[in-house]
Amino acid sequence: MNVPTNYVVALSAVLFTIGVVGVLIRRNAILAFMSVELMLNAANLAFIAYARALQDMSGQVFVFFVIAVAAAEVAVGLALIVAIFKTKHSIDVDELSSLKG
Amino acid sequence: MTTDLAVFLFLAAIAILAAISMLFARNSVYSALFLVLNLATVAVLYLLLNAAFIAMVQVTVYTGAIMVLFLFVIMLLGSQQAGTGPDLPWQMPVAITLGLALMATLVYALLGRPSLALASQAVLQGFGSPQAVGELLFSRYLLPFEATSVLLLAAMVGAIALTRDEPEGKPR
Repeated sequence: MNVPTNYVVALSAVLFTIGVVGVLIRRNAILAFMSVELMLNAANLAFIAYARALQDMSGQVFVFFVIAVAAAEVAVGLALIVAIFKTKHSIDVDELSSLKG
Repeated sequence: MTTDLAVFLFLAAIAILAAISMLFARNSVYSALFLVLNLATVAVLYLLLNAAFIAMVQVTVYTGAIMVLFLFVIMLLGSQQAGTGPDLPWQMPVAITLGLALMATLVYALLGRPSLALASQAVLQGFGSPQAVGELLFSRYLLPFEATSVLLLAAMVGAIALTRDEPEGKPR
């Protein structure tokens, strides 16, 4: 694709910002979690764009690791949300204001 | 405007609209499906940026496995309608202001350098192919690769331990 790298990186910045705003405004824990996935994905896009521009495969290998870590993070994070739902019967992050399990 | 630029702008518009729709969808299931659309669009961008293997990994792992897990948990908890919007009146404007400030900073930091034009260099033969990625993974990045397998095992054990039903009377 014959597009300046900066355009792709700008798209990545916009997607990252949407993810940050999502974490800030949504109080559903699953929605906030999906916004985190969006941010990881935006960072991956920047990696791929620079890997292409610099002709270096290391960027792509790093994205592979990021995706693997994201998979592990989602498994543990969703397990935490299920465990919280079992005790609190809510996944609204405003309800989770005490440290007592 | 070249065809490449038109294709890129089309995909970028879909990705951004899907991301914004994900934020403001009333139903969590719709949010998850919009995120699937966003991830698939980014996978197409990966293909166009000569990262064929990563694009396939994105489709199978992200839009396949991870989003199915999300949908499964949303339906398991029955939380489709939960948390439709912020109650604090100042939360939305503050979040959007801070987001715009962050985006301005990111764009300044990332684009304040001379542009690396993709067109200037021809792509090497086999760049981004499964063979090239695999050779790097099993030579230069062998140790991180093995560490990833331990991480996945730890995540699996953690997920099982967190959601297991405890026998009555036993402390966690």
